Parts: sequence; structure tokens; C-alpha cells
Amino acid sequence: MSAATEPSIPTELRNTTALKIILETALLTSAEPLPLSELKKLSDRPLDNRQIGMLLDEIALDWQNRGVELTQVASGWRFRARPHMQPYLDRLNPQKPPRYSRAVLETLAIITYHQPVTRGDIEEIRGVAVSAQILKTLEARGWIEVVGTRDTPGRPELFATSRQLLDDLNLRALQELPTLQQIGGLLEQQTSTVVSDKV
Amino acid sequence: MNELIARSLSPTLSRLAGEEANESLREFHVTALIHGEPLLTMPQDLYIPPDALELVLETFQGPLDLLLYLIRKHNLDVLDIPMAELTRQYLSYIELLQQHRLELAAEYLLMAAVLIEIKSRLLLPKSPKISDDGEEDPRVELMRRLQEYEQMKLAAQQLNELPQAGRDFEIVQVLIEQTCEARLPEINVEDLRQAWLGLLARAKLNAHHTVRREALSVREQMAHILRCLQGGEYVAFDTLFDLQDGLSKLVVTFIAMLELAKEYLLEIQQGATFGVIYVRSNRALNSD
Repeated sequence: MSAATEPSIPTELRNTTALKIILETALLTSAEPLPLSELKKLSDRPLDNRQIGMLLDEIALDWQNRGVELTQVASGWRFRARPHMQPYLDRLNPQKPPRYSRAVLETLAIITYHQPVTRGDIEEIRGVAVSAQILKTLEARGWIEVVGTRDTPGRPELFATSRQLLDDLNLRALQELPTLQQIGGLLEQQTSTVVSDKV
Repeated sequence: MNELIARSLSPTLSRLAGEEANESLREFHVTALIHGEPLLTMPQDLYIPPDALELVLETFQGPLDLLLYLIRKHNLDVLDIPMAELTRQYLSYIELLQQHRLELAAEYLLMAAVLIEIKSRLLLPKSPKISDDGEEDPRVELMRRLQEYEQMKLAAQQLNELPQAGRDFEIVQVLIEQTCEARLPEINVEDLRQAWLGLLARAKLNAHHTVRREALSVREQMAHILRCLQGGEYVAFDTLFDLQDGLSKLVVTFIAMLELAKEYLLEIQQGATFGVIYVRSNRALNSD
């Protein structure tokens, strides 16, 4: 589609441009990420996922040199400020968000990589009791949720991570997280040092 | 242990003690060759002054975390954990912990028991009757737990390093009017009509609620009946009642009719039993 060579802009292209602006406006004004199913409602004529996707890619391209970008997360598409803008934005709001304790982060990691897990599973791996406060903190943040109960005596609750966690980490799926192989650990590191020592 | 604390009182002394300990460990490794070859990496920084340890302990997440720390600190081989050394180190820290803070989590003591149990099982002579596959190295389970825990510890660090909404980046939302102004529901004439009909229907069901008010309108109904009978003709009894009006109105109409009859303003006639009842105004009768 080369509009420049055409004497008059074809209707098709004009409609596409109009739709792009509509999509952009909807994405900018939405409080939540918009999934493709929602974005499709904005078009007067039926569009398939590929067509919507192409328009979204074009919008993303339009914003590529700006402080704000269009990204795809688990719940759909949304605009976000680029991370390198954060230090400047923080100047307007000097109050730093509190950091999570190691206990909270380790619990989150175990739920993320071993889900669905019970509180007992988490305690087994960490070797210490998990306080109710830790799980409450993660639940209040909307990052974990109870997805059922294990069919064992006491019927303990099973925890899993939520879509909100993926959205907040700007991820589309759990697969985008580093794998356990990539994370490594004692065994891998020691093997590699032994190898390097021998070399 | 007391000896260690005493040494820590003087920084110079403690440094010397550290060197001494390093020296003894080096000897330990060289003299007790487990792999049949000397260890290539010499442990550094073996001795930790107790005051420093106290600070470090604050950050431990439990016995597994402490064990990992010890293994890292002393460059112990996790695949072939020197149980005697690890247990000795662990117990000395536990002892130190108890001297400083009496309330020690049970998990730490449990781990101490586990370490001692593993060590004692290693010391037992292997029974020739049990085949190799039946007897597992008692350290395997500990090793597995340590590896699993460390993996999660590292995973937690990596998760925390990922950019987080609200902390490392902001979500964009342009303000639009709609978000501030609550949208009010729209209604049309038909909705109003339906609502009114609904009210009437309910009024029918709850007719007894309005009887008292209706009593006042008996007079009004009497006037209405008389107006209906103005022509002076006989009018069928039934036609004076509008079935749409509801029970209370029907009763009021009937009472009004009896009232009119009582006051000789109305004449009611029935030709035959179960026949049609006719009503006419007495004014017409009088004028006849």
C-alpha cells in the first residue's frame, strides 16, 4: 500500500487509518489490557486476528521513538511507559514502592515454578514455616490465587500464579520466564568451575 | 566456641585466629584426601567474627539457607559434602546463635539433628547383604533439598530483577471524561408505561391496603353510577362494573349501588331467578 503514488487516498486505506486511530485511542484510554476479542469490536467490518495484529504492529511502530510503547501481555495489549523513563517519573513521586522481603520473593518463586503447590510444599522447599502473612501479601497483590485443593487429608489449598502477575511483569506467558535450567544452581556452577579449573 | 568469641574481642587477634583456622583447614584438606588428589581451590575467609555473624544471621531464611552459606563460604563440594566439616561448622553457628539469641527456630535444631544422623549413618559399616541399589548415600536427600532450595532462591532473585509494573515502569492511561462521569441509565416512554402497568398490577394484588382510602370514594362512585343511569333506561347490572378496576373498586361500586338503593335513588329489578338484573335511576321513575 503506497498512498503517496496514488492521486487520491483509496477508501480501503482511509478506513484502515481510521481504525488504527480508533484502536490507539481505545488502548490509550483503557485501564486494563485489551484482548484481541475486545479490540475486534471496534471495527465496523469483521477482522481476523492476523489483520488486527498487523494494525497493532503498525501502532507499535508509530510509537517506537516515544517514551511510551505498546506491548502485549497475558491479558492483551496495553500502552506502558518505557522502563528507562522510570527514574524521571519517580522524581514526580519520590515515594519509593516498598520492596518485598526475601521470604515473599522465594515463596513467589516456588509458586511460579512448582505450581500448583500447597503451603506444605513451599515449606518443604524453603525448610521453614511459611507465615500466613506472606501468602496474604501475594494474594492482596493479585499475583497468586487459590486454584483448588489437593485431594489429601486436610484438603490443603493449591496456589498458582495469576494473569495479573504476568501483566505486571510485562509477560505474555509463563514460558517467557527464565527456565530452571537457565537459573542454574549449585550443581551447574560447581561443574562449570571444575571444568574451568581443569582447563 | 567461647574461645572464638574471646578472640573476636580484639580485631587483630581475630584476624590472626582466622589465618590460623585457614592454616588448619588447609592441612585438613591436604592430609585427608577424599578424591585421591589435593583440592585445587583453597578455602578463603573461613573465620567469621561472631558480631558479623549476628548481622548475617538476620538475613538467613532458614537452616537450608545457612547451610548453603556455609557450603559457599568454605567452598565445599555439594556433590560430595564433607559431612564432618559441614556438621561441625553448622553446630558451631547454632551454638553461637543460642548464646546470642535463645529463641532459635525449631527448624535450625531439626537440621542439626538431620546432619548428625547423616554423619552417623556414613560411619556405619556397609552391610554386605544389602546390594548397592538398595543402599543410598544418606547425603543424597540433603543434597537434593539444598539444590532445590538454592534454585528457588536464585529464581526469586531473578523474578525480582524483572521489570515490575508500578516499580520499574508505569502503565499508561489517558484520562477520559467517561471515567469521571458516571453514566446514567436512559429511559423512554415505553419504559415508563411498563413501570406504571407494573404498579397497577401490584396494586391489584395488594388491594386490601387501599380499602380505607377507597371508603371515601363510595360517594364518588354513587355519583358515577347515577351519571351512568342518566338516560333513565334500564341498564344491565353487569355493565356498571368494570372488571378491569380491581376488587376494591368493584366492592366500592357494589356498596355505592346498595347505598343508592337504600336512599331510593335506584331501582333494581330481576325478571327471573338467575336472570339479568337491571338497574335504573329512580329519577327516571319519578319523572314517569
